[in-house]
Amino acid sequence: MRRYLAARVLQAVGVVLFVTTFAFVMLHLAPGDPIGAALSRPNITESVRQEWRASYGLDRPVGEQYLRWVSNAARGNLGFSFSHRRPVRDVFADAVPNTLLLSGLGLALSFAIGIAVGLVQAERPGSGRDRWLGRALLVLYSVPDFWLALVILILFAYWIPLFPPGGMTDTVLYDYLTPGGKLLDRLRHLVLPVVTLAVLTAAGVARFQRAALLAVLPSDWMRTALAKGLSWRTAVLRHAFRNALLPTITLFGLSVPAFATGAIFVERVFSWPGMGLVVVNAIEARDYPLVTAGVMLMSVLVAGCALVADLAVAVADPRVRLS
Amino acid sequence: MNARQAGTTSPLWARLRADARVRVGLGVLGLIALVALLAPLLAPYDPRLQLDISQLQSRPPSFAHPLGTDTFSRDVLSRLIHGTRVSFTLALVAVSISAIFGTLLGATAGYVGGALDAVLMRFVEAASSIPGLLLLIVVIALWGHISIVMLTLLLAGVGWFTVSRLVRAETLAVRDADYVVAARALGMPAWRVLVRHVLPNAIGPAIVSATLAVGNVILLEAGLSYLGIGVRPPTPSWGNIIEEGSTRLSSVWWLTVFPGLAILVTVFACNALGDALRDALDPRQLLSAHDDAPFA
Repeated sequence: MRRYLAARVLQAVGVVLFVTTFAFVMLHLAPGDPIGAALSRPNITESVRQEWRASYGLDRPVGEQYLRWVSNAARGNLGFSFSHRRPVRDVFADAVPNTLLLSGLGLALSFAIGIAVGLVQAERPGSGRDRWLGRALLVLYSVPDFWLALVILILFAYWIPLFPPGGMTDTVLYDYLTPGGKLLDRLRHLVLPVVTLAVLTAAGVARFQRAALLAVLPSDWMRTALAKGLSWRTAVLRHAFRNALLPTITLFGLSVPAFATGAIFVERVFSWPGMGLVVVNAIEARDYPLVTAGVMLMSVLVAGCALVADLAVAVADPRVRLS
Repeated sequence: MNARQAGTTSPLWARLRADARVRVGLGVLGLIALVALLAPLLAPYDPRLQLDISQLQSRPPSFAHPLGTDTFSRDVLSRLIHGTRVSFTLALVAVSISAIFGTLLGATAGYVGGALDAVLMRFVEAASSIPGLLLLIVVIALWGHISIVMLTLLLAGVGWFTVSRLVRAETLAVRDADYVVAARALGMPAWRVLVRHVLPNAIGPAIVSATLAVGNVILLEAGLSYLGIGVRPPTPSWGNIIEEGSTRLSSVWWLTVFPGLAILVTVFACNALGDALRDALDPRQLLSAHDDAPFA
């Protein structure tokens, strides 16, 4: 167990180091340097640029710059955003809670839907219900994230204006609302992005859950449960379902990348002020430190969640722990 | 040799032919390929021609323009047909490159083993645990606008991890099989053993993975183009037609809906075919769903 733990943590550290190095290499290979991009106005003389480069340490040897980059990143110092005119860390301090709210609700909803659909399918494997749901899931699984978000936006914000088309709060009225009205306004803004994110990932969850259930159905203990007189339904719900929940923990780790990329598109479409939107706007503003830091942060989140999921499986499942 | 091959492959073909997913998948992909191939013949207008900027700007679908016109008064159907050529070709080329590269690398790593294998697999592990979209965003955002050829290479560059991991695992499984040891004992050079005996038995998962990858790359390219960092206008691609419509979403919905449906149908065909191939090539993998990422 200890060896497994150590290896797994080391692997996560490796991923983080890989991303950090990748970002550094990319920042260096990119044409121009951060100062050149920030101070490209012609009325700034070359000597001023030199001074700036020196003050940011950009005139130092590459090796030294790399070590400084890594140690700064480790301390949470991710550089200065030119487009926001404030430290990258502060920009993300504002955005991350919004993304976590959106992704957290989306995650809960998508697992609820996905597990339920997978269960309904696996209870009668090969039946018409199973096959039709399977096809529907495959369609959903093939939908481009941003396109589904756009279509939902067109349908439920423009054609049938049930919900606001974007943002977290009403830009005009929010400040004049009662506390209850404010909460309601926030909830109304949450509905479309959360549902979109949940629907997008629920297909993957359901496919996985169905496979996990089918894997345990032929077990000896299922036969025992049936032999002692349990109905098929009870045996599936009480015995198979509980055993098939273990892989669902793994699935949590696997689904985080989908949420990270999903968040980029969903936040862009619904103007949700989270990490994804920050990154997308930074691309347009050519704000290199912000783009790289955003991607690094998302990758660290992805690696961290995968690690947590793997450790949780090891805690919950003695077979993993002992092997 | 021929008899043995016929004996082992014909049940596979029979199974594949009987599978509706294979027929639907191949049918749709064949049709898409045909559209891509014959784009100039099929498209009613020049995809870059601004037909009449005062009269035909942002017109909804009509008899003359079945999918409407865009904000520059160009015919959307023509752009969609030519966009098929761009998006589908790009995906096929990118996946071919990454599948060949990943297969060779994975087989070599698995067969040679040792330090090469260890280093390579640690790298693949780290790289594949980060969504390709994020890696591509960094590269493209920092390098500014890139050509289609560069974009194809970059998409291939983030696509080979899975293939190489799968092929390596299969190679490890057959590396010490009797027939491989026998070939080695007979004095066959290593590369020939690899190509003649190891690869044919390790290629199955790579084919499945490559089929699914075509769909993934189409989604990736569309996503990047939607973010404005993929295929550059005026060259049409499925993603950048949607991007053009997204600024005036409520008034030009046809720019969003139709290219999206094209993506959906194509990716669905790839996924259906990939699922069917996986079931046919390796029934065991049906149950170990977490060997392959369940998310695109």
